[in-house]
Amino acid sequence: MSERRSQLFGVMGEFSTPEDLLAATKKAREAGYKHVEAYTPFPVEGLAEAVGFRWTAVPLLTLMGGVGGGLTGFGLQYWVAAITYPINIGGRPLNSWPAFIPVTFELTVLGASIFAVFGMLALNKLPQPYHPVFNVERFGQASTDKFFLCIEARDPKFDLVETSKFLQSLHAQHVNEVKDEE
Amino acid sequence: MAFGICLFGIVMVLNLAIGWLFMKGVGIWGINIPIGWGFAIVNFVWWIGIGHAGTLISAILFLLNQKWRTSINRFAEAMTLFAVACAGLFPLIHTGRPWMAYYMFPYPSTMGIWPQFRSPLIWDVFAVSTYGTVSLLFWFVGLLPDLATLRDRAKQRWQQVIFGMLSMGWRGSARHWHRYQSAYLLLAGLATPLVLSVHTVVSFDFATGIVPGWHTTIFPPYFVAGAIYSGFAMVLTLAIPMRKAYGLEGFITLRHLEQMAKVMLATGLIVAYGYFIEFFMAFYSGNKFDVFLAKQRLHGPYAPFYYALILCNILTPQLLWFKKVRRNIPALFVMSLIINTGMWLERFVIVVISLTRDFMPSAWGRYSATVWDYATFVGTLGLFTMLIFLFVRGLPAIAISEMRELVHEDSHGSEGHS
Repeated sequence: MSERRSQLFGVMGEFSTPEDLLAATKKAREAGYKHVEAYTPFPVEGLAEAVGFRWTAVPLLTLMGGVGGGLTGFGLQYWVAAITYPINIGGRPLNSWPAFIPVTFELTVLGASIFAVFGMLALNKLPQPYHPVFNVERFGQASTDKFFLCIEARDPKFDLVETSKFLQSLHAQHVNEVKDEE
Repeated sequence: MAFGICLFGIVMVLNLAIGWLFMKGVGIWGINIPIGWGFAIVNFVWWIGIGHAGTLISAILFLLNQKWRTSINRFAEAMTLFAVACAGLFPLIHTGRPWMAYYMFPYPSTMGIWPQFRSPLIWDVFAVSTYGTVSLLFWFVGLLPDLATLRDRAKQRWQQVIFGMLSMGWRGSARHWHRYQSAYLLLAGLATPLVLSVHTVVSFDFATGIVPGWHTTIFPPYFVAGAIYSGFAMVLTLAIPMRKAYGLEGFITLRHLEQMAKVMLATGLIVAYGYFIEFFMAFYSGNKFDVFLAKQRLHGPYAPFYYALILCNILTPQLLWFKKVRRNIPALFVMSLIINTGMWLERFVIVVISLTRDFMPSAWGRYSATVWDYATFVGTLGLFTMLIFLFVRGLPAIAISEMRELVHEDSHGSEGHS
């Protein structure tokens, strides 16, 4: 293995229903595995908690994007209308803030949406064309109708033989090694 | 094939109409003082309104947990995107010097001039460009897992490469999905006030002016309701032939069509209320210009358009009270075309009657569209149809992963869906 400069990334088991996968994920965590990841064709309720993932920064990023967009929007209009390009129209106030609300609102939504989408992609580390799990031939089914559980090699409790046996004991079909080719 | 050539021909008509416009200027259209707006603005408001149903279906019905939206949301979102593209074309080309359209954006120019942020026309620039961007993001985020499915199922190398790039290496891990759902929910929450704001801002283009018939506070809610009304009509116009042609009757069922008919009936009644209040306020205010304009709608040179509008938008849709009509597919299809026509007429009535009959008789005028006006409008219809067909051919028109989730939930009886 080391001659082909490929490393072991983990062991992957295949399940045919989300319930089996969810149960297996919970058992893997109970058995003490920490670096566990589950792959499904659609979101499965409770699976993120089962792999030990509770908190996501997406809402916070969205809030930051919204606040940033709104402040930029209002600040730009104030600066343009009152400071750098003031136009005196019948002596009306230069800082006519009610007229600045629509653009401020639009830029708030724009900032929040861009941060939500690109924040989600960045936190998911996408785009990422290569990932070791794609080396498993059957993994193509993860986007159609199969459910996969991967226990990663960096887990302190990981042992190729033991972990494979453990996955088989959870009634996983097709337990495969996942190799990371350098 | 013949249909494809026909469609290509219509898009070429659009190219020709715009090319001629760029050579000759807006004088080739029927606009002249006092009618500076004409078809371009009528079409702009009509197209942008059509887009609103897509966002309503994908965002508001998502927040309200209406599961039936799943089979129509994807192509309704695509419809939004293409309708906004057609809409955006009109303000751009009606400026007369479209190569200077970037003047509308705030950028540090060497001349030191900036846009007038107190003008609704600048609000429009921000509202429409934000709406276009957020619709694109929403659509793309929804497509992401489906693109991964297409990547994994692709047989040919070029398909794998294209879908591989578009899907960005989506693996469907539990952490991916968790962040994805969070982002999708937030986007739905952001798109909901956005869609209401867009047609509100479009109505401000009229309502902040002092022209009789435009200067009313009913405009924002009544424009938004009208937008959703015409948008649902367009969804039906597209969905009915599509489900037949691609055999999607199992996904887009009679129940979906009936639900959409109900939304049309509800928003149609709000629009009818808007027309009533316009009249009521004209007489209640006693403002002689407003009273005169209301009478002009009924008896003026453009009265036939107003009666046609009442027939299309208020009288005909009352048939939707009957379940038999709501479940009759040919009737719904015809109805959707009638409502689309009616909503176009509504914008025509608002733009043209007010501009031809404002305060001074010396400033009155007449408006009639030229062949180039019609060519541009028909051309955008062709462009819209072509984009829809390309989308249905190339990308999943029904959200695959959402449908799987729904089918799974269904088979386990956790949520009701018929």
